[in-house]
Amino acid sequence: MKSTIDRLPHRTALAVFLVLVAVLPLVVPSKYFISILVLAGFNVMLVLGLNLVMGYTGQVSLGHAGFYGLGAYASGVLTTKYGFNPWVAMGAALVICAIASGLIGAAALRLQGYYLSMATLGFGIILYILFGELAWLTGGPSGLTGIPEFRIGALRFASDVPYYYLVWSIVGALLLFSFHLVDSRVGRSLRSIQGDEIAASLVGINTWATKVQIFVIGACMASLAGSLYAHYVTVLTPDSFGFMLSIEIVVMVIVGGSGSIWGGLLGAVLLTLLPEYLRAMKDYDVLIYGAIVILVVMFLPRGIGGGIEHRLRQRMLARRGD
Amino acid sequence: MTTTDLLLQFVFSGLMVGSIYALIALGFTIVYTATEAINFAQGEFVMLGGMTAVALVGTGMPLLAAFAGSVLIVTLVGLLLERLTLAPLKNVSLTNLIIITIGGSIFLKGSAMLLWGKDAAALPSYSGDTPIRVLGASFLPQALWIIGTAMVVVVLVRTFFARTTTGQAMRAVAANRFAATLVGINVKAMTAYSFALAAAVGAVAGIIITPVALTQFDRGTMLGLKGFSAAVLGGMGSSPGAVVGGLLLGVLESLGGGFISSAYKDAIAFILLIIVLLVRPQGILGAPARRRA
Repeated sequence: MKSTIDRLPHRTALAVFLVLVAVLPLVVPSKYFISILVLAGFNVMLVLGLNLVMGYTGQVSLGHAGFYGLGAYASGVLTTKYGFNPWVAMGAALVICAIASGLIGAAALRLQGYYLSMATLGFGIILYILFGELAWLTGGPSGLTGIPEFRIGALRFASDVPYYYLVWSIVGALLLFSFHLVDSRVGRSLRSIQGDEIAASLVGINTWATKVQIFVIGACMASLAGSLYAHYVTVLTPDSFGFMLSIEIVVMVIVGGSGSIWGGLLGAVLLTLLPEYLRAMKDYDVLIYGAIVILVVMFLPRGIGGGIEHRLRQRMLARRGD
Repeated sequence: MTTTDLLLQFVFSGLMVGSIYALIALGFTIVYTATEAINFAQGEFVMLGGMTAVALVGTGMPLLAAFAGSVLIVTLVGLLLERLTLAPLKNVSLTNLIIITIGGSIFLKGSAMLLWGKDAAALPSYSGDTPIRVLGASFLPQALWIIGTAMVVVVLVRTFFARTTTGQAMRAVAANRFAATLVGINVKAMTAYSFALAAAVGAVAGIIITPVALTQFDRGTMLGLKGFSAAVLGGMGSSPGAVVGGLLLGVLESLGGGFISSAYKDAIAFILLIIVLLVRPQGILGAPARRRA
């Protein structure tokens, strides 16, 4: 069997994606728009990670913004207070996030039901409160300032265009990683768990360990996004990592298509751009955002990307039937 | 004040806030038993209750009429939310159901902001603001109103489930959906009733807390999340659990905020949530949780 990545539609999609990413900064209307695309890149990383968790464990994490914030603050604190090199700090942040998510996942995924959602909800809000209250470490509500930028030799990632290419290269790498993961032993185990958890455990799959693994991977992607965010904006305030962001990430996954990698990417980009356009609606923006969420779930229960993938698959099956 | 006086003071204000959490938790429980879903719009029903009552009092309506009017309006909002978004759907997954309630919550919050602006609003206390002194502690008369009203609502909800045909049908759906369908219960209608009832209970909580804590378009989220923690603490799906969880959370929060650190007061609910998960996932009064297969 050919792996997912070798199949033609995926190859075409990847090629289109790479070309789009490469030329977009040359054609977009303004510098402001490039900064929006950088932010969209962070959201895509968050969604890729959460999508793996939601699509393959069937559980919703309601604290994904917590891991994003943990990555950001770990990077910010280590570089400003302890003089770490930004790249090293990013690695240290990953380790911290992996340990935290491993502990939570290991405890919460023992049980069936909403327990992962509950644990992550609690964890996310506790972290948000800590970011605000541990002022000696995090700068508190007034913010952690003076975070240095990334450098490679003489190349400084300080302005929008270099940062755009940095962020979207990493997005591309995470996309490839996700496709390979889905096709790996872990991916096959995950799919079998999705199909029938009891049958999966009977053929010798440790369903608990597999789910914990995927949860840690998802959290690490969020941590990476957080570190990149910290060194981009160079100022961190707790409000960037609140409960509503966790909800927005979940909404991006659902609107894009839970379990669909391309769908997640689409959902993240669309919903990052949406508020920019809704801003013209003044105070109606929140209300319209809520209405869009409801309508998408009602009429496209598989999400936008998931819906497209489903159509394509059915068309392929129909052609084979001729 | 001596430590005993302080203790009494904190326990009493904890019971007052805990009554509010208990009502919100009860709202979560009502929808959960009917649908197995967590209704994230529950906190917005609380906010809408307070805001609607303020608006009605603003038109010159007497307090009691505003109370009734607000409960009625919010009940209709809950019913409409279910009828317009969940009722038309067939075979909706549990995750999507929850996302729809999240969308509903954002929509209601946005509507409230649009209708009433971003400022906090207040209601007059029901019987003045002269503190009552008991032993070494003092409290506002409104605290008695809050605890008393919450008790009445809890008893009414219990009576509804125990005595009325509709209430018994809703319990049947919770026990076994399929069997309930077989004996001719309209399961979809029961879902609608559960949203209406949860909205009504939430609205009451929002109206009675407004004289002491004000109300604002974005108050619902935190109140909802704490009510949810209370429901988990007591045992998701258990009505007595919701009441016990709510009161316990209120008291622990008040004691923690008073004796340990007021800065971390808001974290207490969520620390409890995680402790419950680790130690007793089914909550204090809930049925045992299933281990993974």
